[in-house]
Amino acid sequence: MSLKALDYETLNENVKNCQYAVRGELYLRASELQKEGKKIIFTNVGNPHALGQKPLTFPRQVVALCQAPFLLDNPNVGMIFPADAIARAKHYLSLTSGGLGAYSDSRGLPGVRKEVAEFIQRRDGYPSDPELIFLTDGASKGVMQILNCIIRDQKDGILVPVPQYPLYSATISLLGGTLVPYYLEETDNWGLDVNNLRQSVAQARSQGITVRAMVIINPGNPTGQCLSEANLREILKFCCDERLVLLGDEVYQQNIYQDERPFISSKKVLMDMGEPLSKEVQLISFHTVSKGYWGECGQRGGYFEMTNIPPRTVEEIYKVASIALSPNVSAQIFMGLMVSPPKPGDISYDQFVRESKGILESLRRRARIMTDGFNSCKNVVCNFTEGAMYSFPQIKLPPKAIQAAKQAGKVPDVFYCLKLLEATGISTVPGSGFGQKEGVFHLRTTILPAEEEMPEIMESFKKFNDEFMSQYGDNFGYSRM
Amino acid sequence: MRRFVIGQAKNLIDQTRRRPPQPHHHNNLRLLSLLRPSASDSTAVYSPRLFSSSSSSDMPGSDSSTSSLPVTLDSINPKVLKCEYAVRGEIVSIAQRLQDDLKTNKDAYPFDEIIYCNIGNPQSLGQQPITFFREVLALCSHTALLDESATHGLFSSDSIDRAWKILDQIPGKATGAYSHSQGIKGLRDAIAAGIEARDGFPADPNDIFMTDGASPGVHMMMQLLISSEKDGILCPIPQYPLYSASIALHGGSLVPYYLDEASGWGLEISELKKQLEDAKSKGITVRALAVINPGNPTGQVLSEENQRDIVDFCKKEGLVLLADEVYQENVYVPDKKFHSFKKVARSMGYGEKDISLVSFQSISKGYYGECGKRGGYMEVTGFTSDVREQIYKVASVNLCSNISGQILASLVMSPPKPGDDSYDSYIAEKEGILSSLATRAKTLEEALNKLEGVTCNRAEGAMYLFPCITLPQKAIAAAEAAKTAPDAFYCKRLLNATGIVVVPGSGFRQVPGTWHFRCTILPQEDKIPAIVNRLTEFHKSFMNEFRD
Repeated sequence: MSLKALDYETLNENVKNCQYAVRGELYLRASELQKEGKKIIFTNVGNPHALGQKPLTFPRQVVALCQAPFLLDNPNVGMIFPADAIARAKHYLSLTSGGLGAYSDSRGLPGVRKEVAEFIQRRDGYPSDPELIFLTDGASKGVMQILNCIIRDQKDGILVPVPQYPLYSATISLLGGTLVPYYLEETDNWGLDVNNLRQSVAQARSQGITVRAMVIINPGNPTGQCLSEANLREILKFCCDERLVLLGDEVYQQNIYQDERPFISSKKVLMDMGEPLSKEVQLISFHTVSKGYWGECGQRGGYFEMTNIPPRTVEEIYKVASIALSPNVSAQIFMGLMVSPPKPGDISYDQFVRESKGILESLRRRARIMTDGFNSCKNVVCNFTEGAMYSFPQIKLPPKAIQAAKQAGKVPDVFYCLKLLEATGISTVPGSGFGQKEGVFHLRTTILPAEEEMPEIMESFKKFNDEFMSQYGDNFGYSRM
Repeated sequence: MRRFVIGQAKNLIDQTRRRPPQPHHHNNLRLLSLLRPSASDSTAVYSPRLFSSSSSSDMPGSDSSTSSLPVTLDSINPKVLKCEYAVRGEIVSIAQRLQDDLKTNKDAYPFDEIIYCNIGNPQSLGQQPITFFREVLALCSHTALLDESATHGLFSSDSIDRAWKILDQIPGKATGAYSHSQGIKGLRDAIAAGIEARDGFPADPNDIFMTDGASPGVHMMMQLLISSEKDGILCPIPQYPLYSASIALHGGSLVPYYLDEASGWGLEISELKKQLEDAKSKGITVRALAVINPGNPTGQVLSEENQRDIVDFCKKEGLVLLADEVYQENVYVPDKKFHSFKKVARSMGYGEKDISLVSFQSISKGYYGECGKRGGYMEVTGFTSDVREQIYKVASVNLCSNISGQILASLVMSPPKPGDDSYDSYIAEKEGILSSLATRAKTLEEALNKLEGVTCNRAEGAMYLFPCITLPQKAIAAAEAAKTAPDAFYCKRLLNATGIVVVPGSGFRQVPGTWHFRCTILPQEDKIPAIVNRLTEFHKSFMNEFRD
């Protein structure tokens, strides 16, 4: 055959270097097993509807009407749609120029961006400018656009928490930048220690890296912690001192499972701190319709809000957004609905509240069942999921297991997770996909399986783990230490 | 226009005044280059803010006065600064300002509405969606409707059947879940079957990667192909600026090949060879050839013979063939027919091992024109499995494309069949749109060709006319005096006189010294006569003003 146009050798190295574990080896093996007829519990991705969570009724009604606007002219439409859904559909269609089938402004529909700004203002108590809010096809696209604008070459570093959601490592690799890790402290409930941050920055600088930005994920993914206000203040001060843009991944802001540490946005804390910081720290916050009690992952809807980004830089970000023409319009409407849900007195209000509370309360119970379940297992310790959608237990692998993994040519936690998958059908992501301290092993599982299936899942996990630990762990056991 | 330039210049002067002394001279260079108006332009989706000195002083700080911030124009990725996107520029800003002003100040203008002929966005100009497609989407959006008996009175029976069929292909019927990163398998099956029916050659659903519109697929391939400025991509000139923008963002080199306007925007293999050699001599490794068929902005439909030569050229030179086939349903002349490059390659006896081919399709174009849905796919053939895995990995970082876009992509590739409840209405809607587009293309083309100094190739396909305007020397001099490209000068005058928004040819690139504009054929048919009249009147008076 003739010259090969594109083979593995000639591929962009950045592509080869990029890793994305959430859909990596474990997921592929799980899909294979599923094809062979094995029952798989997919807890590898925060994908609630795939595990049986029902969509909220009201937003689906509104979007269905926007999809088929001719229904609005049908006198019988009231037989299958409530009046407030009909009114909202008309409202959102009036914000478009040509319905769901026309490109919108590249930044998203102005009317929806206004609703987002009003939501942020209600949430934080500070004004928000719709001109500084861009709607995106999911939060990931926004993160990619922003990092694309920041990263010039491998000398540019981005501070990323470890463990981290691998979107960050993957995107930084693809764009040819450098990931500068800062470690979260597992024994301190995955706390963020500013001294660690300083060390990370100093070390990166000594290697000639210009650290440009810092990522925080709050509530944490995969670690589930909620940052305290005091901690956020320290972080903002740090970003100011070190001249870093703060990228606040706040996609789990609705997912809070305790009352001691509610979600506080970085923007609110920054504004609370007042000048000069409130005018100096550059902040970009990300949100999505994929998480929360909405869980509308398949819609690909999100936004980012920019604070203290100068206008001409905003223009450049706009230009990058414009190359993709516009985010998908139905997800923009989901975003509008998420930030302005039914109000008391609306026909759909009671049902909406019932559905959303039901989901959140159940998630709160599931977070507890899972943490307790893991902590009852031999050689497993797990921090409580304060927020987000994941449990991230540490698995203390016996030396024999590590040895066996090496022989199998696997990273030890990958080895463990593959065994878990084969034995139980539970599809998790090994901690190595998120980064972890040397010699320490974890796995990530979502807390999303249906509540009634939870006890059984934890039971089968425990059984597997007991067997694994007794197979590989003679004369070894943390429980005795 | 003058107001704009003055405003921008004033703003820059203000900023320079406020700006602390800069140690790096390149900052001054950048400022200077900003004083030159951008040659690229416009559509409704992107219109840069027009800075005025008053607004900039209200802002939290313009870039130059906030250079202590970590991210400013001085420190953002230079590839971002370098990338140009013709779907931008001041013409749309001016148009939107005019549109706002028209509401209160109707008498000040010789026209009563702005007509956007700048972007292929059919539904924004009143084109109605295909009813069947939207019925299915509505049912999939709110699946509880399928359990209501009243639904049968409101929806066609085959849309209900189709919605069930689609939901059965989605694990858990969960339209709100992330799908497989290549797209839902059952929907890819439908697309592969549609490709097979179109081409008469088999298509594999595992070769399909569903994307949010066709553009992300193009970006993905550029990401894989381009490692540095030493990697080149052959692109047609004139071209749809997605290609130049994506290549710039990924830091590669655009290797131009010129389409021959005199032969109806023909694609000559000798030109490809010449440009390839030229690039090689500059140390550039050409990795791929992009072909847009039917052409954007040029509207030509390639002949099968020409396509065979292109396939052979790629095979011989070891180039990936990037086939932008998003306008495959938009063919308006009886003597031309769309042939996919995959079909052409297979009919030449070339299989997986002979040629690497990526075909892009979108739901934004065709008779459906569902731009806002962001749906599309690429069919990837002729790559080794390790490269395929890398494409999958890159796709997986973004998790998946949006599900309603995926559903719609499967619907356009498997529309109602004879005998289905919706078949007749579907065909009537489809034929109505396509035949009206053909009429509009013909009317506009004839009108343009009657204008003094204007020649226009016919729109055999796609959605655009791209006439060549021979501008008088006096007009070119006036444009230079106004510090604008001559075709942009013409387009701005056209907008101010008629309310018609078109994109100057310089945004697509063109043979140096020639001037064009791109005009969509998308305004509704009843508006076309008025457009023709206004355009003709304007052109006459423009020529009277500037004739040498």
